[in-house]
Amino acid sequence: MHSFSLAQPQTITEAIAATAQPDAKTPDAKIIAGGTDLMQLMKDNVERPDRLIDIAGLPLGGVEVTAQGLRMGALAHMAEVADHPDVRRDYPAIAQALAASASGQVRNMATIGGNILQRTRCGYFRDTAFACNKRVRGSGCPAQDGENRFLAILGTSDHCVATHASDFAVALAALDAEVELQGPAGPRRVALTEFHRVPGDTPEVETIMLPGELITAITVPASRLARNSHYLKVRDRASFEWALISAAVALDIGGGRIRAARVAMGGVGTKPWRLPQVEAALIGAAADETGFRAAAAHAADGARPLNQNGFKLTLMRNTLVRALQATAATI
Amino acid sequence: MLPRIGQPLDRVDGRLKVTGGARYAAEFPPSTVGAGLVHAVLVQSTIARGTITGFDLGAAKALPGVLAILTPDSTMPLPDVKPSSAVASIPMLRDRKVRYQGQHIAVVVADTLERAQDAASRVVVHYATEPAVTTMEDGLKGAYKPHSFANGRQPPDTSRGDFDGAFTGAAIKIDETYVTPIEHHNAMEPHATIAAWNGDRVTVYNATQSVSGTQQTVATCLGIAPRQVQVVADFIGGGFGSKGVTWPHVVLAAIAAREVGRPVKLVLTRAQMYSSNGYRPKTIQHVRLGADATGQLVAIGHDGLAQMSDPELGEFTETVGIASQMLYACPNVSVTHRVVPIAAPLPTFMRAPGEASGVYALESAMDELAVALKIDPLDLRLRNYAETDGHEGKPFSSKSLRDCYTKGAALFGWDKRPLTPGTLRSGDKLLGWGMATATYPMNRGQAEATVHVFANGSAVLRIGSQDIGTGTYTVLTQVVADALSLPPAAVRTELGDSRFPKAPGSGGSQTVASCAPAAQAAAQACRQKLIDMTLADGQSPFQGRGAEAIDFIDGNLVLKDQPTTRIAIGDVLKRAGTERIEATAGSRPGDEKQHYSMHSFGAQFVEVSVDPELGEVRVLRYVGAFAAGRILNAKTGRSQLIGGITYGIGMALLEETLVDRKTGRVTNPTLAEYLMPVHADIPDIQTIFIEEDDALVNALGVKGIGELPMVGVAAAIANAVYHATGRRVRDLPLRPEKVLGLTI
Repeated sequence: MHSFSLAQPQTITEAIAATAQPDAKTPDAKIIAGGTDLMQLMKDNVERPDRLIDIAGLPLGGVEVTAQGLRMGALAHMAEVADHPDVRRDYPAIAQALAASASGQVRNMATIGGNILQRTRCGYFRDTAFACNKRVRGSGCPAQDGENRFLAILGTSDHCVATHASDFAVALAALDAEVELQGPAGPRRVALTEFHRVPGDTPEVETIMLPGELITAITVPASRLARNSHYLKVRDRASFEWALISAAVALDIGGGRIRAARVAMGGVGTKPWRLPQVEAALIGAAADETGFRAAAAHAADGARPLNQNGFKLTLMRNTLVRALQATAATI
Repeated sequence: MLPRIGQPLDRVDGRLKVTGGARYAAEFPPSTVGAGLVHAVLVQSTIARGTITGFDLGAAKALPGVLAILTPDSTMPLPDVKPSSAVASIPMLRDRKVRYQGQHIAVVVADTLERAQDAASRVVVHYATEPAVTTMEDGLKGAYKPHSFANGRQPPDTSRGDFDGAFTGAAIKIDETYVTPIEHHNAMEPHATIAAWNGDRVTVYNATQSVSGTQQTVATCLGIAPRQVQVVADFIGGGFGSKGVTWPHVVLAAIAAREVGRPVKLVLTRAQMYSSNGYRPKTIQHVRLGADATGQLVAIGHDGLAQMSDPELGEFTETVGIASQMLYACPNVSVTHRVVPIAAPLPTFMRAPGEASGVYALESAMDELAVALKIDPLDLRLRNYAETDGHEGKPFSSKSLRDCYTKGAALFGWDKRPLTPGTLRSGDKLLGWGMATATYPMNRGQAEATVHVFANGSAVLRIGSQDIGTGTYTVLTQVVADALSLPPAAVRTELGDSRFPKAPGSGGSQTVASCAPAAQAAAQACRQKLIDMTLADGQSPFQGRGAEAIDFIDGNLVLKDQPTTRIAIGDVLKRAGTERIEATAGSRPGDEKQHYSMHSFGAQFVEVSVDPELGEVRVLRYVGAFAAGRILNAKTGRSQLIGGITYGIGMALLEETLVDRKTGRVTNPTLAEYLMPVHADIPDIQTIFIEEDDALVNALGVKGIGELPMVGVAAAIANAVYHATGRRVRDLPLRPEKVLGLTI
């Protein structure tokens, strides 16, 4: 591991200053919270920060559920949100996505702000002996025709096909969540679906965050949809594994017909993948297997499968149908 | 007093392990290994084939605390050692040639681990890269007949009868190819070595399955005498075969320690262990079965291709066809083995090498034959039950496979299994029931042991074996306790030191079969000494009686016909005015294998659920019944069974090392991406031991159970998936897309 210095700011202003204006001796500064991903990346020399800014001391914790919605401080731990009774009742897809993530030990340590910033699990990204455009711009993307079973089929480019690994962010994408940021220019809010970027020809740029910005909170509006939501995760192993395919679904059903729908999927996109074309097809459709299958037929529209992950097209549709059925069954 | 042998005695080292008191190789402190302990970090190649044209060491050497950087240019010349299955002598920084990805090419030594790691990451290597064949498929045309098959015990190709004729004329034929992937052992404890020199002698604290093997290999590779090398391995956190061979990093640690003149600790990272300590190679197996209309086998053909390294590194063959030679009664059998060299590290033994991969193929094919015959798969096995070993033409010393089948089937409820696949359901899941046979040879080697008996009534056993987590400390304690009629708490077993009497490596399930008879012989020799001492004692209450009149009960010498006349073991020593007696004795195989075939057997039964839309396979219920001679400890024995079955479940559903074809580099060298079962994957496993009384295998009737329980597990699960879905998957692991038939 590369040697680093450690700063432990006690206020948000100090943290922003430390991040935005690194001193000359330590130009490459990184924020660390739970450290469950960053420490792996540093041990593997994928990240080599000169300076770590530990934000654990900042007042950014807490989970609040009000009539308006859910507000999760950036430093709330995954377990805290997953186990919160009001979150489980009013935002089941979020609680389920978190509970299906990682292991108990990781969920106790990892923060929800860090969760949506976790880096891809792509094996080419995580080993510095491989070329990777995300790590070294212009070096190439051996994953395009390499070991890519786990990689993305949507939002990819010739430069990068890395899957976004977060389950939680998929549930957030479905439930119209927003990310609260604070930076040198003040606070701002961004829709979760706009927060991450597809790789295009700059795969090293993964979010819209500006230098010096911190995530302070993530919010989700209260809604009937959110209460009728569900998260389904398909994986090789029964626990402690990233999604092969996942679906976060929210439905509002009346008179046997779908009035409103939200659908996002994981394990398929280079970012948490919202599926507006499926949502449009669901509205007005019968809330039964026929209706679900007809809408899910559009799930993989525009997908670009690679040599090892073409199965994801079918598995994506099957997963979505099952998630829709499971959601409808709870209403 | 009840004999201790067989009892479910708690592990004698259990408390040490759960309290952190058990010391593993990397944990020996400077107070033990010597002051000034420093750290070595390996630098590994990032190409699969070529030549190193130069090193830039400036940035690494400039870092504080860096003591030495060993490269092929700086390492002093070493004796030329021929690579063999016991000595992987390449790479030892002898030359600049790169033969595979992740080959050791330099060693950085610094005063702290962090500084050594940082410096290692700054070593710049220049290569002249050569084209490399990195996958088995690309290398098939280079397949060759192995030169040193199964340690030279038998030829790679064998046959009896007329396979071609019988197969051609068979009424029912199965002709299929089965594929198993590269797998890595992933023992919990990393490979680790501390080397400390004292003059011309070196002490090596090593994570090894063989202290005697490490002693021999280090001595050979350094050109010194074995007596100049002491190897210590008090505890080993799993090996599964990967710690059977003493790999080059062990010797490099010793070289580095000599170079810097201080004790050196070298611990491999998880990722480094994907290129440094062997692996289970990929296999492609062609199995042909021919049967008559009644289900009687008339032909078995098993042609195994196994992936290999550059032969310059040595040779290792996955012996996939060995079980097919003897598992069923069949007059016409043909087995061949070929290896496919590619630019990869040398493969090695991994839990049930040969059988784990080979029986998966054979027992999958047997299931396909049962389907073709429309008969129950267990019925097919019973119709072809081998009463004798048709390959060796010998009787079995003991074989209780029929009991394993029937008792396992009864506990599982196999008789309720519908013949037609896809008919069992639970909610939206398909259920399937599958079974397979397990077999593994009885192996045994020569071992010596010393037992000391003390005047305080305690005893110590010393034997140069090692406990790789299986319970060796515990069962040997039981053996000595029984022989001297002492409580186990009065017996201490000491293992893991090359200064102790020599015992074989802990591989091939041979540890207990080799060491327990030696320990028993040494304890019995002490027993005889105690009898002799008391008979020679003029004041003894046994005056005038002979040795045959004396028994040992509860730590006393007792007159058989007058049990109130007794003397405590410790008192015998005290009256003789001695603090301690000791005896060394050994045990070794005789010619019994000339006359008998010796194997353990088992039957695996499993219920799986398969999601018909999502392809997820989960194991719901497991029954394994095993016959492996005498079981010395019912508790550690059961732990071996559930551990082996869990290993097999991982093989069936999860484990696979992925290699990038262009570079030959592993893309999932982490426990996050190389999947092994977690608790949620493993149901309650029911196990049955069929006890056998087999005096032919060894004095204690032990056959060994380290590997048997994982053999056949993958086949049973694949067969259950077929029973659930009607779809046969012939390559492992059984991923959702394969189960759904979605592979492209």
